[in-house]
Amino acid sequence: MTTPLLSLQGLTKAYPGVVANDQVSFDIGEGEVHALLGENGAGKSTLVKMIYGLVKPDSGTMLLRGQPFAPPEPRSARADGIAMVFQHFSLFDALNVAENIALGMENPPPMGDLASRIREVSEAYGLPLDPFRTVGDLSAGERQRVEIIRCLLQDPKLLIMDEPTSVLTPQEVDILFETLNKLRSEGTSILYISHKLEEIRTLCDHATILRLGKNVGECVPAETSARDMAEMMVGSTLQTPERSGRDFGGVALDVTGLSVPSPSEFGTALKNIHMTVRKGEVLGIGGVAGNGQDELLGVLSGEILTAADAIKFNGQRIGKLGPTARRKLGVLTAPEERLGHAAAPDMSLTENALLTGSVRERLESNGFLKWAETKSFAEKIISAFDVRTPGPENAARSLSGGNLQKFVIGREVLQNPDVLVVNQPTWGVDAAAAAAIRQAILDLAAKGTAVVCISQDLDELMEISDSFAALNEGRLSAPRPTTGLTVDEIGLMMGGAHGMEVAHV
Amino acid sequence: MIVLEKRPQPSKAWSYATPLVAVLATMVFGGVLFTILGKNPIEAIGTIFWEPLFGEFAFYYRPQLLVKGAPLVLIAIGLSLGFRAGIWNIGAEGQYIMGAIFGAGAGLAFYPLDAFYIFPIMVISGAFGGWLWAMIPAFLKVRFGTNEILVSLMLVYVAEQMLASVSLGLLKNPEGFGFPGSRNLQQYDSAHNAELIAGSGMHWGVVTALIAVIFAYVLLNRHMLGFHIRLTGEAPRAAKFAGVNPARLILFCLGLSGALAGLAGMFEVSGPSGVVSIDFNVGYGFTAIIVAFLGRLHPVGILLAGGLMALTYIGGEIAQSKLGLPAAAIQVFQGMLLFFLLAFDLLTNYRIRAARSEVA
Repeated sequence: MTTPLLSLQGLTKAYPGVVANDQVSFDIGEGEVHALLGENGAGKSTLVKMIYGLVKPDSGTMLLRGQPFAPPEPRSARADGIAMVFQHFSLFDALNVAENIALGMENPPPMGDLASRIREVSEAYGLPLDPFRTVGDLSAGERQRVEIIRCLLQDPKLLIMDEPTSVLTPQEVDILFETLNKLRSEGTSILYISHKLEEIRTLCDHATILRLGKNVGECVPAETSARDMAEMMVGSTLQTPERSGRDFGGVALDVTGLSVPSPSEFGTALKNIHMTVRKGEVLGIGGVAGNGQDELLGVLSGEILTAADAIKFNGQRIGKLGPTARRKLGVLTAPEERLGHAAAPDMSLTENALLTGSVRERLESNGFLKWAETKSFAEKIISAFDVRTPGPENAARSLSGGNLQKFVIGREVLQNPDVLVVNQPTWGVDAAAAAAIRQAILDLAAKGTAVVCISQDLDELMEISDSFAALNEGRLSAPRPTTGLTVDEIGLMMGGAHGMEVAHV
Repeated sequence: MIVLEKRPQPSKAWSYATPLVAVLATMVFGGVLFTILGKNPIEAIGTIFWEPLFGEFAFYYRPQLLVKGAPLVLIAIGLSLGFRAGIWNIGAEGQYIMGAIFGAGAGLAFYPLDAFYIFPIMVISGAFGGWLWAMIPAFLKVRFGTNEILVSLMLVYVAEQMLASVSLGLLKNPEGFGFPGSRNLQQYDSAHNAELIAGSGMHWGVVTALIAVIFAYVLLNRHMLGFHIRLTGEAPRAAKFAGVNPARLILFCLGLSGALAGLAGMFEVSGPSGVVSIDFNVGYGFTAIIVAFLGRLHPVGILLAGGLMALTYIGGEIAQSKLGLPAAAIQVFQGMLLFFLLAFDLLTNYRIRAARSEVA
């Protein structure tokens, strides 16, 4: 048997109150694409941070080509041939590609040499990139290329990629996979972290599945069904949301010719958006992050005001109404950012229930607050949506992301909205909670609520929405019925490969 | 190595304990300071904290506590509402001066008429003067996005110039033999904010301060507006999402704190001070900022903090005259109090843990 490239043996890392990794062992072979699969909070990030030298294990050993390997810091991990592409890019917008790459190097060569090295590597791996373009002008896919090329310049033996496709359109994913396949054929090993099962099945040779910090199984993804992998990941049988066939009522929400300048310097302006949502319909809005999702939610919630007739609710012009007036009418929203936008982190759940519930749940009279009623409303949300918390007096920030998300969605759903707009309803939420949230959204639609679901998770949108539209640079494509849409068509609606050249491998 | 670890939620116990710990730490380090200055630390601390309340001349000092504490509490209550919402009115001193000028001006306009309505008109004018002065930074912030900290602070110095101007001109006592300063309102019954019970120090300003404490408590805990104030301070984006109109909140918070500071100035000029003069203001508006934070921006806390601050003022003065401590040392002592409070505040949200150094 050949020695594996990297062998992890009994790695354990505990943080106060939680064991992030518990006796995790597995091997990554030479030239292997190894998937690390698990829900949010399963311990994937902690594990790769140990390999990359950012976190030191409490116990356990690592062997790199049979030699003991314990990097005290990322620099020494890099020296040993480990490179990592993080989920969140660390690039300076104002600098160009070559300057950004030089910043991350120990001894950067002269700019001219570096630029030609970048060109060489980028062409060799089918990642065309002009070293002198300003990073601020690049698309998310191109920024990821910068990060990948930064790694490839080190000539790594093991490339770690943390959720690389979460910012890419399907076409961009294809380009990335060709690059990764080429790297594999040259003998580079790749540790690929994801919870997207289909892409793991197409790309990876081997998968290790983590649950609650433990290695709960290994499989060959190509030979295992996505459903089986998902159940290993979650540890129980998955409930697929049910949706009953339903008839749509009249138009509840009508957006016509909506254009809004961006409220902040780095935001996206919305350009001439048209959409209608009927009662009982779920409109899914896809698109890569940063293409106007936050702004669209702000415009629909009333945080950003617009021309009165750009937005109509049951024929009534509401474009100039603020959030409170819209809630009174029945237009409710749940923003993406849980802490600080949908909820106040240091306030109790009771106070957070009051945050949006005061109007429709009649939690105030003449401006005076009814704390008892507010508390029972919070308790109702907690029990109806299975929010895990000792009680409504706890601060919002003491809840885990998934539990707070259930609370935030539950708070709006229980107010019986006529229109519900949600942004990233299951972002960072474990699979069981995500399924519960999707089911709640579908149940609401079945009762006749018009739902707009903005999400970057295409699988989620395909699962729950009746029609689909994509946001791309502040423009919304014409909504189309979900049934019969192919991944290719969706990708094109999302802006295709964002002008990126296709890899020439 | 010591590490700070964020608590999952703010500790209730520590949020009550930090003011006490801060006072204790101030006593200890203040004692060290006084020792270095060559004074007996126990005697000095004792003089500051004990003498005004239970000393030989306590009958004189106790009413002084109310007289000094009331304007501090009244101003600090107004400031605390804005501070809660992240609106920083630093210019209460100027609003205090304007309240005094407007209040005294309204009263003196009736001189020598005797009528029951003069004092109420002065109260309203005083509040209006402070409100008006606070509306300048409020309006500029809402309309042009200026920084209210700078504008309100600058206006303090403008107000001081106005004070000098009216003391020498408009409000100057015609029978004052050419000395600067207005007629003494203590000698004009209809305009005099007299003690309600003679010798107690209890005047209308003290009553108003107590009412303000109750009002602020109800507002913050039982009213939507108070909820919106707290929400805006804790999470501005969430407040906007909840439907708070930031401009309206700025106008309300700055306006109310200005009006309360103006009231404090009016009660002072018509009562304990009596005279609009160049050196009328003694820094209540700035000290009230310390009082607001010492009281953790909580109405009841501010009431206690105002009392404590008044105590260190009076005790400090006694220590100056009795022990010969320099005035600067007393100010350092008061500064320490705020410093330690803010430092220990950390413990509400963080816990200190000894971390074992990680094995390399």
